[in-house]
Amino acid sequence: MKLPGTPYKDVDLKEGRIPYVEDKPDAKYRFSAGIAMSRFLEELKNGRIMGLKCLNCGRIYVPPRTFCSYCFKPTSEWVQVKDTGIVNTAVVSYIAADRGRMDKPLVVAVIELDGASPGMGILHKLGNVDPEDVKNGKIFGKRVRAVWRPEEERTGSITDILYFEPMEGD
Amino acid sequence: MPSDVYIIGVGSTRFSPSTPELSFKELMFEAAVKAYNDAGIDARRDLDAIVSASEDYWEGISIFDEYIPDQLGGVLKPVFTVSGDGLWGVIHAYMLIKTGAFNIVAVEAHSKASDIVDINSIWRMAFDPYVIRPLIDNPHVLAGLEMNIFMENLDVDRDAISLVVSKNRANALNNPIAPYGSDVDPDMVSESRVVSYPLRELDISSYSDGAVVAVLAGETAARDLGIDAPKVKGVGWVSGSSYIEEWDYASPEFVWRAAQMAYSQAGIDDPYDSIDVAFIDDRYSFRELQSIYALGLNDGYSLNELMYNGVIYPDGDLPVNPFGGYLGCGYPLLAGGLLKLYNAMMYLRSAGPDTVESALVMARMEYPSPSAAVVILGW
Amino acid sequence: MARMNINFKNRVAVIGAGLTLFRRRMYETTRELAWEAAKQALDNAGLTLRDIDAVVLGTAPDAFDGIHMQGEHMTDAAGGYMKPYTRVFVGGGTGVFAAIAGWWHVASGLFDRVLVVAEEKMSTVRPHPQYVFHHIFDPIMDKPLGVNLIWIFALEMARYMYKYNIKKEDIALVSVKNKRNALDHPAAQVAAKITVEDVLNSEVLVWPVQRLDISPVSDGAAAIVLTNEEYAKQYTDTPVWIEGVGWSLDTTYWTNRDLAFPKYLYYAGKMAYKMAGIDNPRKEIDVAEVYDPFDYKELHHMEGLQLARKGEAPILTREGVTERDGDLPINPSGGLLGVGNPIAAAGLMKVAEIFWQLRKEAGKRQVAKDPVTGLAQAWGDLMQIGTVVIMRV
Ligand SMILES: [Zn+2]
Repeated sequence: MKLPGTPYKDVDLKEGRIPYVEDKPDAKYRFSAGIAMSRFLEELKNGRIMGLKCLNCGRIYVPPRTFCSYCFKPTSEWVQVKDTGIVNTAVVSYIAADRGRMDKPLVVAVIELDGASPGMGILHKLGNVDPEDVKNGKIFGKRVRAVWRPEEERTGSITDILYFEPMEGD
Repeated sequence: MPSDVYIIGVGSTRFSPSTPELSFKELMFEAAVKAYNDAGIDARRDLDAIVSASEDYWEGISIFDEYIPDQLGGVLKPVFTVSGDGLWGVIHAYMLIKTGAFNIVAVEAHSKASDIVDINSIWRMAFDPYVIRPLIDNPHVLAGLEMNIFMENLDVDRDAISLVVSKNRANALNNPIAPYGSDVDPDMVSESRVVSYPLRELDISSYSDGAVVAVLAGETAARDLGIDAPKVKGVGWVSGSSYIEEWDYASPEFVWRAAQMAYSQAGIDDPYDSIDVAFIDDRYSFRELQSIYALGLNDGYSLNELMYNGVIYPDGDLPVNPFGGYLGCGYPLLAGGLLKLYNAMMYLRSAGPDTVESALVMARMEYPSPSAAVVILGW
Repeated sequence: MARMNINFKNRVAVIGAGLTLFRRRMYETTRELAWEAAKQALDNAGLTLRDIDAVVLGTAPDAFDGIHMQGEHMTDAAGGYMKPYTRVFVGGGTGVFAAIAGWWHVASGLFDRVLVVAEEKMSTVRPHPQYVFHHIFDPIMDKPLGVNLIWIFALEMARYMYKYNIKKEDIALVSVKNKRNALDHPAAQVAAKITVEDVLNSEVLVWPVQRLDISPVSDGAAAIVLTNEEYAKQYTDTPVWIEGVGWSLDTTYWTNRDLAFPKYLYYAGKMAYKMAGIDNPRKEIDVAEVYDPFDYKELHHMEGLQLARKGEAPILTREGVTERDGDLPINPSGGLLGVGNPIAAAGLMKVAEIFWQLRKEAGKRQVAKDPVTGLAQAWGDLMQIGTVVIMRV
């Protein structure tokens, strides 16, 4: 069976054998952070991680949201969770967001924060971790703590936390 | 027999030129809570599916359906997005219920137009990159072309078109969710700044933010809930060409065809006689008259007479956009059709079954290929 | 899903399918690819566009093409001009979901004959399609960290491996099997005879994900024709019935989920099985095309679909159960790992493969057993949606 379609190679494009028009999207947005995330970002400047609690089912959500994902009631009680937690899963990245190779591998993880409901993790980087301990599984379940930017450098961003690192004696 | 389908609840936020205090999720949540409360349902228990209307570039997030389930009560339920106006979502919900496999389905649409830094740069990306983008950088250019040939071919006066703006902005004064209610003199319209001749500034609906949710149900579910709700009598939708060079600018055939499909399902032979009120496209002032014509709703009247004789005013024979349309509520991108449906539901409920038999709701998608959806509601 | 309110009135059949080649870069535009696939499917069904009452389009993010409202851009090319035409979108789950949407167009009784087209052209975006995926993430929580799409899949794969103590060697077997199966597929982009060692020695992208664990980026299109029972019997002696559909979308907050088990797919499968009257999927499903953009996902999805117990899919794979001549053939087409991954088109390709398998028209790809019931599945978003179609002859 012969199927339709005309493949070409990248070199054909580079050497001008494939006609094309070029355009660059100019798509810019200012995403309103809203009630829940505005407070979350503001409190990061103070070195605090805030969650919202559903008074109906008791779940404590991080990242916070004004609605309960599971019982669909409004969440209304702000709760400060700890900046410590356990590693749910971790990987070693050798590539950057644009698919280019990184100079130095980066360890990233989902961290379940102490004080949030079980399983409520956030994505972040891990520092001071040997990539081998990710590959042999040792880092899973390990306790970690946030390493914050100096207070004067914080901007109200998730990057106000530089990374999480393993806690001593653990 | 497949079940009849009813609209058992609606909910809407207030529409507004901007909503910096709320995230899109919070806006959607407000509309959803209102609609589920209106329908008397528990979302987590009762909803069989949720349809949400979105287009990635309007949201600024790629694969936007990732971001819809939690605030609609849809986690781990059959939830999906339709790429288009919310009225297409209503049609999908209608079909889902008609299959017999779904009882209660919610439809959501929203606009966060104010989150977009330069909206014309997003419109531009809807155009064909090969031959149109190099020539046109905003949609009003095409609207101007459309308006010109429409006025020419159908012999429509500038004054009649200006009166549409006056009417709809005034109608919006009676609509608590509309931000653009005002007393606009027709001369103000015809003397406002030219955007793309003959289209002028006040002919164009301003953008607005907001969210609307509607809840549809089959016969059994509606009966179980004890709700006396309007029925969906017919639906129709048809697309035109994505080659803008090929459009019939004066009289859009796809609108006519979509209407014929809906009329035939609803058993309507004479639309003017059967339809008591219409909530139709007025993204641009002239579109209201153009749509009436394509929907076959002008009866024996010329389009000018519809205005001069007061036929489509709130106390006329066929009120059109009696709650202000887009000109009065703002143009909320993909939430437009659901906004019109919401207004239609308000109208049907306040008028009651004895006064209004059928209401027509129509929405259009603009570019690259224009398309129309028509939903006929009634008791 | 709650109780059903009536019995199905309208049975829906697949009566034709078509594909273009799947390749890294195609000369044809998105419109041209969609038209080619639609034409193939119509020819295969013995219909022309004039016979079609409505059209459904599936295509994944607009950002690949840089065209806002891509569905509208495709209207004429997909056959939707002056017809009821719609685009549905659930990320990577779109290909199978387009078939589901086609199903309800017919099952609702509104239409008799529906064309479903899915296309993807990923090569348009420069410098690399991966970059588009940066814009799928939460702009507040994830994007500032420089997140890459492969991060999140690697995080899921790592959790799955950790929880069930699964070895990379066993996962690599999926890649080996699918690329080999694809040698017999006429559209295949990356069919190959490779070994487990080749996979384990390939470039490490985000450990545990290596280059040969992943499907390629592709251009391509697929299409199918659906009709109601009356027309199906008129057009063909061998209709393939769609007997169950299901889909489910999990929470947006992927870091709040149990990544070891695809709950969304468990629910999607449950919905489809209920509709099709299937009590024991492992026994009743004869052949399945599960979504395999990564090798671990084939295993993960088998478990979500109850085709294997939790942690058991790697064992079934090692024992050869999922080979074409096994007891439960999985991805006899070669899947995304072998045939390629033009996202929405890849999902619909899976529906087409089940159509051909059940009609015994799969040629060298035909599974050894005599298949009566087949399943096609796709997956997408933030590891979040499962879409399932169950077909029978
Ligand atoms: Zn709760």
